[in-house]
Amino acid sequence: MTFARLIASTAASLTLAGAVAAQDTSIIVQSTTSTANSGLYDYLLPLYTDESGITVNVVAVGTGQAIKNAENCDGDLLLVHAKPSEEKFVEAGYGTERTDLMYNDFVIVGPESDPAGVAGMTDVEEALSKIAEAGALFASRGDDSGTHKKEVALWEAAGVDLESGSGEWYRETGSGMGATLNAGIGMGAYVMTDRATWISFQNKQDYSVEVEGDEAMFNQYGVIPVNPEHCPSVKIDAAQDFADWLVSEAGQEAIAAYEVDGQQLFFPNASGN
Amino acid sequence: MQDIGEAFHLALTLVLSGDADLFEIVGLSLQVSLSATLIACAIGLPVGALLAVSRFRGRGAVLVMINALMGLPPVVVGLLVYLYLSRSGPLGFLGLLYTPGAMIVAQTILIVPIVAALSRQVLEDLHGEYAEQFRSLCLSRWQSITTLLWDGRYALMTVGLAGFGRAAAEVGAVIIVGGNIDHLTRVMTTAIALETSKGDLPLALALGIVLLVIALGVNAGVQMLRMSAAKQASYGAAANV
Repeated sequence: MTFARLIASTAASLTLAGAVAAQDTSIIVQSTTSTANSGLYDYLLPLYTDESGITVNVVAVGTGQAIKNAENCDGDLLLVHAKPSEEKFVEAGYGTERTDLMYNDFVIVGPESDPAGVAGMTDVEEALSKIAEAGALFASRGDDSGTHKKEVALWEAAGVDLESGSGEWYRETGSGMGATLNAGIGMGAYVMTDRATWISFQNKQDYSVEVEGDEAMFNQYGVIPVNPEHCPSVKIDAAQDFADWLVSEAGQEAIAAYEVDGQQLFFPNASGN
Repeated sequence: MQDIGEAFHLALTLVLSGDADLFEIVGLSLQVSLSATLIACAIGLPVGALLAVSRFRGRGAVLVMINALMGLPPVVVGLLVYLYLSRSGPLGFLGLLYTPGAMIVAQTILIVPIVAALSRQVLEDLHGEYAEQFRSLCLSRWQSITTLLWDGRYALMTVGLAGFGRAAAEVGAVIIVGGNIDHLTRVMTTAIALETSKGDLPLALALGIVLLVIALGVNAGVQMLRMSAAKQASYGAAANV
């Protein structure tokens, strides 16, 4: 172990970037993009760091990649939104315990012209069927992220066969939420996005929320410390401390207090555990 | 289109207001890419020089391979470096992933072939001019290489700049191995990717403009170094006469 440390410190000092200076305590959170892109961390993390002295470094990638990275022990805490995958992660022994953290909802945004005529609908299955029938363009994440998994499940529930539309009206961008919104808006396609990303997104052009309010579009976020039995390198004490703070009264109040343009983006619900 | 005008205005405002975050990101970009360029030159120039003066079986194949590696996709390099540096990978114990060190490693791998391939071409041409002289002086291979590297130093600066340009401009590798972590591994290109995904196109473009200006500054700096050195050399030569 000391040998490994020696090599590690030598390697660190060899890199000309002195920026690798050791910080007292810092943890890495493997996170979904929506929480980062919406600015939530920029608001939350300074509050937590002031209180605890622990620096939280966020790697924001799609839920699929975040889980994979955490399985490889490249993170101390997982904060994502795909409950079935999260439960599998814990069952497989990669994480210690999953806790509900907060929620918001998904919405379908579309152009003013509304080619499928779905504006104002609240039944998401019906809306998706209409989009498919009209053959109106729909831009999907297509990246195995939490949002993508949710979207595919909704199409299945609506009984739409995506295979036949793929590359035609159903366009899989294979990229993050923001990139997919940019692409979708560029081609005049409908896009399903989490509300937080949408509210803070700044390239809306003539797009607005057209389908919302269906219970099926509920979007639950969970937090899971990475299991030190699987990954000995995990800083479990600090990771657990941050997880505990997030679900504590102070953390939950801070989440609720975060607003963009006067709108609350995330709704804490940890107490419901 | 109004985004572009807004971007120029924003770029100017960011720079003039001394935006601390911006300077941190610019500083890290320079630190990472310049380090990678220096290391890549330390590896690539000797390799290029050795290839320039050596003749061996399979040399053609080696040259084709190195030339082809100039087209290494950054995202593939990023992925490979990630797999090695990941905690579950063979070099995971180093704890380099998500540090500037990992970004330097990735960019170095990306540009070593560029430095080696371009310097090989430059030095081989130079060697063509010098070959007879070298033979008459009975120089060893080592002496030939050091002479070529020294006499070709101005042309090799351009080779270094090509490597730096590639390193500073890529985003695919550093976003995977660095993780684009705020105040730790966020550099210009990953910040631009992030702002684009937030839909803040004017800010993304403004950062792009700043990046271009930095590249311009580095190139101008090297050019000035080159000119003043060339001037001194010609004075020196004149004095010797």
